[in-house]
Amino acid sequence: MIDIQNLDIRFGANHAVRGISFHVGAGETFGLVGESGSGKSTVLRAIAGLITEWTGGIAVDGKALGRRRDRAFFRTVQMVFQDPYGSLHPRQTVDRILSEPLAVHGVKDADARILRALEEVALPRAARFRYPHQLSGGQRQRVAIARALVADPRILLLDEPTSALDVSVQAEVLNLLADLRAARGLTCILVSHNLAVVAHLCGRLAVMQGGRIVEVLDEAALRAGKAVHPHTQDLIRLSHTLESA
Amino acid sequence: MSDPSLRGEPLVAVRNLHVAFPSATGVTQAVRGVSFSIGREKLGIVGESGSGKSVTGRALMRLLPASAQVRADALRFGTTDILAASEREMRSLRGGRIGLVLQDPKYSLNPVMTAGSQIAEALRAHARMGKREARDAALNLLESVKIRDPRRVHDAYPHELSGGMGQRVMIAMMLAPNPELLIADEPTSALDASVQSEILSLIEEQVDQRGMALMLISHDLPLVSRFCDRVAVMYAGQVMEELPAADLHKATHGYTRGLLECLPSLTEKRDRLPTLRRDPAWLAPHA
Repeated sequence: MIDIQNLDIRFGANHAVRGISFHVGAGETFGLVGESGSGKSTVLRAIAGLITEWTGGIAVDGKALGRRRDRAFFRTVQMVFQDPYGSLHPRQTVDRILSEPLAVHGVKDADARILRALEEVALPRAARFRYPHQLSGGQRQRVAIARALVADPRILLLDEPTSALDVSVQAEVLNLLADLRAARGLTCILVSHNLAVVAHLCGRLAVMQGGRIVEVLDEAALRAGKAVHPHTQDLIRLSHTLESA
Repeated sequence: MSDPSLRGEPLVAVRNLHVAFPSATGVTQAVRGVSFSIGREKLGIVGESGSGKSVTGRALMRLLPASAQVRADALRFGTTDILAASEREMRSLRGGRIGLVLQDPKYSLNPVMTAGSQIAEALRAHARMGKREARDAALNLLESVKIRDPRRVHDAYPHELSGGMGQRVMIAMMLAPNPELLIADEPTSALDASVQSEILSLIEEQVDQRGMALMLISHDLPLVSRFCDRVAVMYAGQVMEELPAADLHKATHGYTRGLLECLPSLTEKRDRLPTLRRDPAWLAPHA
């Protein structure tokens, strides 16, 4: 479904992503983990078309992508960002926020779709005419997820979707993402620094360091601590020490 | 440093603290009857956003906005009654006897001053000290927070430092006047996991070495319990449960248990995460 070949990204002197390749199958959830500065979010933003200065190959659904993306691409691929406060327009109501993607893609029956989207992310109908500042952090992230899903994409790019949330809300949002993924057969890439979150949602994951993928492993190997690369082992050890009370 | 006549008395005594914020739409009760004391120990205050944990910390330094309504049966630091102290007394407490480390060094350091001059400023604000002497002391402090190249960092501006390095500078600055209490409010939430444990170990080591008290405010229950002696769990402005950090796994309160259980785990696979069922009884005011 998503095929990355030799992706390379530079920002001036900063060589952020250094020739990485990976493949995500249809219906799969693939994790990208690493510390800040490892390049994991940059990869996601390049796939989403938010970064245009890249070389290499990005293909979605068997179609090689150029630097500019057409409307059909954004119908297929949507993204959810870390900070729901920063990614929602502060002066637009939830209704308006959810209408926008529908208007852009010329989708009919907007009204029914918005109601369905709200229901899917378990937001009360009353939230429809509220502004982002009138919602809690968890509700805002639900709006961001609803906005991503309202035009029926097949691929969801998730950039630290729960890092800004309380753990109780994180649990709700992770459950929601798992449910939506199952119901719609979504293909996802999840970027996170939290190994436990990645293990929870992803079947396979790549560990990044200094712009390179140092290891690709599956969830079982991750949980069993069967990592080969020292950096992965370090991350696992840290996660264990921070996890155990 | 500490008054010998006070030996045995806790350094911080908070009894029945209430903080309310009036607004156009009504009064928000941020803290509703919180009591605790801190001796020469490490107390963790844990809670989710909006639980009142940071407001409690700020109340101790009287750093709340003027609109806040604060009342308490007791709010004491050493012999100082914080509710009655003059602004002058408070200034010697803030940054002097009580240090405060905040979440993001990007915002809490002055962007147009070098790291060294900010530390020197903290030193000179609370003690008579010449410029050269302050510079030497600042370099020593940078060394004590394990900065490998203190001279370079001394002359660096905050934007030239990484997050972890910035937080070390912040800690050095707060340690400068030799405080008796360090309040660390989410000191590592903006940092990577590896840097997170380095910074907390550093705080732990300095607190132990200097015989300071620590109030560690965080949303991260397992993390706090690793670095503190005792943990107070806050919810909706009240302390739900206070227990020795080592006994966290034996926590009995539904809220504490709920917080622990809803964390995804690296070792154990679960199809669904248990979500927190908020019991309305938790909101009832405590006696």
